[in-house]
Amino acid sequence: MTHTQKRIFLSKVVMILSTASAAIGIGFLFWILGVLIINGIDALTLTIFTTEGTPPGSGDGGLKHALIGQLLLVFYASLFGVPLGVLAGTYLSEYSQKSKVGEIIRDISDIMMSAPSIVIGAFVYAIVVTPMGHFSGWAGSIALTIIMLPIVLRTTDDMLQLVPSTLREAAFALGAPKYKVITQVVYRGAKAGILTGILLAVARVGGETAPLLFTSFNDNFLNTDMMQPVASLTVTIYNYATSPYEDWQKLGWAAAFILSMFILTLNILGRLILLKKKVK
Amino acid sequence: MKNIIDTIFANATRMIAFGVLLLLAWIFTVLFEHSLESLQAFGFDFILEDKWAPNLEKFGALPAIYGSVVSTFLAMVLAVPVAIGIAIFLSEIAHAKLKTPVSVSIELLAAIPSVIYGMWGLFYFVPIIRDTFGGVGISMLTAGIVLSIMILPFMAAVTRDAMNTTPDILKESAYALGGTKWDVIKDIIIPYAKSGIIGSFILALGRAIGETMAVTFVMGNVHKISADLTEPATSIPVALANEFAEADSDLYYSSLFELALILLVVSFVIISIAKFYFLRRKRVGQ
Repeated sequence: MTHTQKRIFLSKVVMILSTASAAIGIGFLFWILGVLIINGIDALTLTIFTTEGTPPGSGDGGLKHALIGQLLLVFYASLFGVPLGVLAGTYLSEYSQKSKVGEIIRDISDIMMSAPSIVIGAFVYAIVVTPMGHFSGWAGSIALTIIMLPIVLRTTDDMLQLVPSTLREAAFALGAPKYKVITQVVYRGAKAGILTGILLAVARVGGETAPLLFTSFNDNFLNTDMMQPVASLTVTIYNYATSPYEDWQKLGWAAAFILSMFILTLNILGRLILLKKKVK
Repeated sequence: MKNIIDTIFANATRMIAFGVLLLLAWIFTVLFEHSLESLQAFGFDFILEDKWAPNLEKFGALPAIYGSVVSTFLAMVLAVPVAIGIAIFLSEIAHAKLKTPVSVSIELLAAIPSVIYGMWGLFYFVPIIRDTFGGVGISMLTAGIVLSIMILPFMAAVTRDAMNTTPDILKESAYALGGTKWDVIKDIIIPYAKSGIIGSFILALGRAIGETMAVTFVMGNVHKISADLTEPATSIPVALANEFAEADSDLYYSSLFELALILLVVSFVIISIAKFYFLRRKRVGQ
């Protein structure tokens, strides 16, 4: 074999190897997705949405408690996390351009985005659960808020910076004060991007389990009192899947399916909003 | 009047932004304060002691630390080559028609909650490990493999992004000189994107070490150091997830808080290395 032939041969080998490893990796991922869809649809019935948890073995339990609990936890987390994140992101993009502090806050948020979420759970346990004396929905929502905050902050910051400065200058030239420029011109220009960021952040905290294990804990029945433990889909998946009862495991798959569809929908929606913006 | 609203708005945004800094400091302080009892009781021995016996009020973190290190190492060894393979496939091999759907599905898979990966691992992967290697199937090896699959989409996506930063003109020049695809990858793309690729791997490592749900299902939470990978084991997040809600003494809690503190410090350092050393935002002119 000549040198050139060797190189071509080697290149082919590497290409085949990468394609194969890609096929293996993607195969595994689709295996998980397939298992999720098959088991999920199999376990999905209408009564799941209308009945609460029942003792194992009775086979007629539902997920109403977990669905409503999950929505409550994520709703309150977003209620705090979204405005706080958007305002903090506004500061970074509009008030602290190129300042050292702004850079530090950006870096810290990036690090917090990747920090282990179970540690946030331990922190909230110490500051909320211990003083209160018991697990509560609020503790869960606060943990999710802390996880959400840096995500919303960073996307808002990035999206606001994409708004051309000529728009701001034009508004200033018309005599608008800065807060008006920001709320009526800059926000409007970055609307689609911020909305996408919020949807992705909601999707992210919606799938969090670890920080809820010892904050909002869990409940096998419907409870909407945020001062008490509140059921969530994610913790219910964990409890039901690790239980030895077949009907609970089945409900676990249904919960996993519903949760994944919810999260994938938010992700796809977020992407479509950005895509539509680009096409315009 | 307008000025007042302006000042309020500016200061409100500033306070919240600074609040993020305070929040992180607060998290560290609270975890440290709650670890004090354990720090005083065990001192440095906490991380060297291999006995974790809540009934005897004896807490050593070595098995959990060992489990975290080994499971994360296994996950990285398995995921890195596959992630590079997927990234090469997406950036250099795949036809344009295949590229987008595969890319998007990998990104969507990165968004699937880790609890789902854990559940899949428990029901579908544990039996395979049990039948192949014996034992109960709930083991360090299972945890490492499930963890590697969980971080794979994230890793592949960021590696692909890093490879895609290579300017086309550099690649085209290399092809024009008669380079094969592999020549271009090893002599142009990898050198150009090296720091981005390494940074992505370290970032994935930082995530893997703190990942809880994907491994909690399949690791067993047994505080024992065993060289046999098919034995049940534990890791810091697994111990926290299993024991936090059940701890019944102050020292027990304090030891768990110390575990959480160790985990936070370690992942903080890893993520900082990735961000500040490898993924620094490119300055103008570079």
